Amino acid sequence: MSGLMQQLVNLFAALLLLLAFAMLAQRRILSLIHLYTLQGVVLVAATAVMGYATRQPHLYVSAGMTLALKVLLIPWLLHRVINRLNVRWDMEMLINVPTTLIAGIVLVIFAFYLAAPIAGLAASIARGTLGIALACVLLSFMMMITRSKAVPQVIGFLAMENGLFFAATAATYGMPMVVELGIALDVLVGILILGVFLFQIREQFDSLDIRHLEKLKDD
Amino acid sequence: MSVLGLASQALEIVAALALAPLLAGWVGQCRAWLQNRTAPGLLQPYRVLHKLFNKDSVLAANASPLFRTAPYVIFGCMTLACGIVPTLSTDLPLSPAADAIALVGLFALARVFAALAAMDVGTAFGSLGARREMLVGFLAEPALLMVFFTAALISNSTSLTSIVRTLSAQEIGIQPSLALAAVALIMVALAENARVPVDNPATHLELTMVHEALILEYSGRHLALIEWAAALKLFAYACIGMALFAPWGVAHAQAPAALLTAAPVLVAKLAATGFLLALLETLSAKMRIFRVPEFLGMAFMLAVIAMLVKILLGAGPQ
Repeated sequence: MSGLMQQLVNLFAALLLLLAFAMLAQRRILSLIHLYTLQGVVLVAATAVMGYATRQPHLYVSAGMTLALKVLLIPWLLHRVINRLNVRWDMEMLINVPTTLIAGIVLVIFAFYLAAPIAGLAASIARGTLGIALACVLLSFMMMITRSKAVPQVIGFLAMENGLFFAATAATYGMPMVVELGIALDVLVGILILGVFLFQIREQFDSLDIRHLEKLKDD
Repeated sequence: MSVLGLASQALEIVAALALAPLLAGWVGQCRAWLQNRTAPGLLQPYRVLHKLFNKDSVLAANASPLFRTAPYVIFGCMTLACGIVPTLSTDLPLSPAADAIALVGLFALARVFAALAAMDVGTAFGSLGARREMLVGFLAEPALLMVFFTAALISNSTSLTSIVRTLSAQEIGIQPSLALAAVALIMVALAENARVPVDNPATHLELTMVHEALILEYSGRHLALIEWAAALKLFAYACIGMALFAPWGVAHAQAPAALLTAAPVLVAKLAATGFLLALLETLSAKMRIFRVPEFLGMAFMLAVIAMLVKILLGAGPQ
């Protein structure tokens, strides 16, 4: 039974990694949001399975919270934002896609190498997936670096939080409830502020390219 | 090497030669159904081959002997490839001759000859097609190798017969690495067999064709051999997919009687694979040639991730 559970957790971890790569290669903002939603769904499933396998009811609570927040509320907010900003398609990459993907592979190898000794110490059923969680964090981070527009950067930030959440669940069966609630609230407030911020950037510069922010004064 | 082994080897090659055009016909028929067209008969590829074999072959005035030998080399490579991949039985005397890596080399040899022959006559389309074919090939090959390496890591052998033996003996479980490798193999197979997202086998539009541009100068029996070899290649890829990801129902050396049930199982699996291929082709649109490196880069990355996941998470079910 626990063998099957472990396989399921491993499968979900591999799916998360796949989705992180898909987000890295995605050119359309709308598809990016769909991928983010999907990542949330996989995260919910992984957390619920882990909760069932280890009989930790508080994992169900965090799975439910993830479902409400990352699968329903935030994607809905993001859809609203891109509809209002009318930026459903355009997306600029600073590096071309194949190069990004190869850099991504290097990052994954680095993350796996980094996580291998830690995973040896852990005793949870998901110890093998810590490397994948770390890789997801790094890949999302790289997605933020390689995009020049603001909306994909926000999605990269959110995806990074997903990776961190998975890392916490994989290594220690989730954080204490208070911390988890705090982070959930943080993300929610963060996305609201960033939403306002996006509109402000657009109003100021007539574009969402954050390179405009590098200039200190008007010329 | 037993008599039975020889028999199953011969049976396998004959089955490949006979079934490959049928598979091509089946894919065409499924495609036609899915696209609301009237389908050509299931036996259409056989009729085409029959017609072409009865026609005279026309050669360009400046064609070198290479141009004439290439179809035979390509056909031979594909036949040998189909003989190595275990479809009916794992008791194959030919299998020690070439493992999974040599199989990739066989495909590469056929590709090099096709490209050289296309450039031989000196028409613009030939060299254009040859360049595109090499572009697709050099990106698809590493991805295919990585897929094989993933399977080889699981079964500790690069020999296809022992890979199939190990994988079919395993209890059925969820293996994330194999799932990722399967997606990568599907992408490589689409690119290598000139299927829709990369190339359209039904088109003769100058700007988009890859495979058709290569064989534009061939006619008669040469063209028939090349068409047959293309069908064999599709068959070989379908069989590789089935051998790595659905290896059940293949007869082993210890149980020769299973050879009888292996044949219907093979046909059923081929039918399912063909339908899946037609479905994928119908659902996707042809991409620009400059997007192909991205597509195949994705396949390579998936295969590498599959290997990394295998190393990190272990073999899955023990």
